[in-house]
Amino acid sequence: MTTLPIEPAPAPPNTETPSTEPRRASLRGVNASDRIYKGVLTVLALALPLLIVALFVQLFVSALPAIKRFGFSFLWTSTWDPVAEIYGAAPMIFGTLASSLIALLIAVPLALGVAIFLTEFAPRWVRQPVAFLVELLAAIPSVVYGLWGVFVLIPFLRSYAVPPLKAVLGWTPFFQGVFYGNSLLAGGIILAIMIVPYIAAVSREVLLAVPGSQREAALAMGATRWEAVWTAVLPYGRAGLIGAVILGLGRALGETMAVTMVIGNRHDIGLSALQPAYTMAAAIANEFSEATTDTYLSALFEVGLILFVITVLVNAFARLLIWRVARGAAVGSRAL
Amino acid sequence: MAASANVRLRLETVRLTALFHRIAAVREVSILFPAHTVTAIIGPSGCGKSTFLRCLNRMHELSEGGWVTGKVLLDDVDIYASDVNPIQLRRRIGMVFQRPTPFPTMSIYDNVAAGLRVNGRRSRAELDEAVERALRQAALWDEIKDRLAASALELSGGQQQRLCIARALAPEPEILLLDEPTASLDPAGTQRIEELCQELKRLYTIVIVTHNLQQAARVSDDTAFFYMGRLIEVGRTRELFTKPQVEQTEAYITGRFG
Amino acid sequence: MTALVALMAFTAVLALVLILGDLIAKGASSLDWNFFVRNPAPAGETGGGVANAIVGTGIIVGLAALIGLPIGIGAGLYLAEYGSGRLGFLVRFVADVLNGTPSIVIGILAWTWMVKPVGRFSALAGSVALAVLMIPMIARTTEEMVRLVPHSLREAALALGYPRWRTSLRVVARTALSGIVTGCLVGIARVAGETAPLLFTALGNLNFTTKVTQPMQTLSLQIYVYATGPFDEWHRLAWAAALVLVALVLVLSMVARWVTRQRYGGVR
Repeated sequence: MTTLPIEPAPAPPNTETPSTEPRRASLRGVNASDRIYKGVLTVLALALPLLIVALFVQLFVSALPAIKRFGFSFLWTSTWDPVAEIYGAAPMIFGTLASSLIALLIAVPLALGVAIFLTEFAPRWVRQPVAFLVELLAAIPSVVYGLWGVFVLIPFLRSYAVPPLKAVLGWTPFFQGVFYGNSLLAGGIILAIMIVPYIAAVSREVLLAVPGSQREAALAMGATRWEAVWTAVLPYGRAGLIGAVILGLGRALGETMAVTMVIGNRHDIGLSALQPAYTMAAAIANEFSEATTDTYLSALFEVGLILFVITVLVNAFARLLIWRVARGAAVGSRAL
Repeated sequence: MAASANVRLRLETVRLTALFHRIAAVREVSILFPAHTVTAIIGPSGCGKSTFLRCLNRMHELSEGGWVTGKVLLDDVDIYASDVNPIQLRRRIGMVFQRPTPFPTMSIYDNVAAGLRVNGRRSRAELDEAVERALRQAALWDEIKDRLAASALELSGGQQQRLCIARALAPEPEILLLDEPTASLDPAGTQRIEELCQELKRLYTIVIVTHNLQQAARVSDDTAFFYMGRLIEVGRTRELFTKPQVEQTEAYITGRFG
Repeated sequence: MTALVALMAFTAVLALVLILGDLIAKGASSLDWNFFVRNPAPAGETGGGVANAIVGTGIIVGLAALIGLPIGIGAGLYLAEYGSGRLGFLVRFVADVLNGTPSIVIGILAWTWMVKPVGRFSALAGSVALAVLMIPMIARTTEEMVRLVPHSLREAALALGYPRWRTSLRVVARTALSGIVTGCLVGIARVAGETAPLLFTALGNLNFTTKVTQPMQTLSLQIYVYATGPFDEWHRLAWAAALVLVALVLVLSMVARWVTRQRYGGVR
């Protein structure tokens, strides 16, 4: 616009002329308040990229001693010995991935089913209440899920679910050993319940973003409701749905409280879901206050760094996929 | 040109070209709008009439990629000069849009007063007077004088549009720009606003963009016909409609295209 | 096939019903006056309450909101108003990615910045951790709500001679206000339930305190301690505290929805 120095806009011209005469207001003047406004907002907005950079840098700096000491072997060493000061994150990484995998196996069909039900098949009067109820699931805090997991889920698994599972599938490596309760399985199930509403909410938004013309074109060709969904809607939204699932994965990877209360917190790698296990987030929560030496602490920070990097990559990938279907909309930002 | 030499000039464009990035939507338009007249701008969809109108109060540059060459002279001052503040300018030129846009969180009174409050502090008494005057000019006062504190959204479409007119009039601009103001109104509302145009020209200079030829014929003193971004012809309304000089004008007016 | 997806929806709802049901069944009976006004009893003894946790939750979450809401709303307004360029894309992307960052990681970083340098745990450190969680959430919901305001409203204000900042605040943001408030309430509800970021910042406190430079208890921390402890009494109290916390979160979420319903001239 103009390059005059920044100063407050001049006071408006005199306002005393009677209202019957048109005022000849001056056309000249600068509006610095617009620039100040933009400046303030920009500074506030810059807090975000600054924050993520600061997070990463600090994690890296705090983890550096451990990185220097253990190198890449940190990623595949199974020993976690605070006494001998040897730390390896392999069991935690394994447990994180395994519990998330179990969670996805259970949650994805459920969540997609809910999303498809809500957008395509539910009668109008059912939609609002069910959507609301599913959203409520997302509002329940992690620690409450943990509480429920410890006192309701695990006893239930022990008494009613695991015996038949063992009877049928006990020959596989996945259901070996004695089930005491705290286990990879319990962690996976709790995670599944926690991420269902998240995947469902994002999937629903993705499906709603699919243009109605896709559905209608299929229906006009004589497809049944379900066929229209399967052949026209889902493929169109496929990228976004995969994105929703990956977002759910990202969520599961970072869940802490509920997991640490039911998973057993043991540095162990094993294929059996009935055995205790550990995740990166749970380990940090559990052991951070007990880290007496600098190396111990640094090792935990390195675990945090690995977790941070993995979740950032997973989330970034998911967002890109979703963005392709629902351009730039804040999809899932309200899905708690 | 339509104006006779002794009518005081208010608004004039000189070879005005309006572009979006590299594409010209308005090309080399030179026209003058004599004071206290109603000028209608007609033309088929996409001919650039709205874009042209938005150049007159420097709204065009707020659009993505919008920029302008040429001049627009308001009282012989080029409004596109580098030391002109567009915000101050827009307080001298009022604009009403196609769809009524009352501010939803403000009452009727506050809507009308909005343009005044942003222009500097006024006492309550001054505001009351200005609001009443503007609402009377917009022929809305009698209908809503008892519910000035009510939400603007309680009004009907036609009333909302007249409210927007009142809002545009309250700061006492010299020019009033109307961009298809009756496009979303029913016939009764349309008629009220057309009557308004004739009354208001005593106080203001009015430029109205319309795609409705009959409306242009009813309402305006001068008419300008635009086509593909260019000004094809401008003249006294009666003459333009009965004896157009350019063939394209005649074709449009008689409905052969548009 | 319809039946199948209906069944899935039903299963999901069932899970919710079961959890809420258990909360009420196991927790409601412990909700008495004592529970709300007394502090925790010494280990193993009966009759304690969660007064310190309730107040602590209020203080820590309130302080977090004080820090996080202005930055979040400001960033959201930036994105809506000026965010169509490259910086806007970056900020938006970062916000979305931050939204998925594990809260425990935020927690240990808050420890590094606010606890370690002073050698003391504090409620303030906890609030900062929660604020960091809130900011990207609020930024995105604010942006979304402001973008819903029709462009024509902005134009009408500009044509009247409103400067851009005033258009953005007085007209656009004001119109989107109830939506923005909803987003804030939802964000607050979400952080009210957080535990992980508080483990090493606010730490927890068995005593009643309102000093933000001291460790402080919250409902979420209390539940964690009690649920993982050895005493039956503690377990009983954990259920009751969980019921209170969930009720708090649900009420906040419902108020958030109610606010959007009560619009003065809805824009949707």
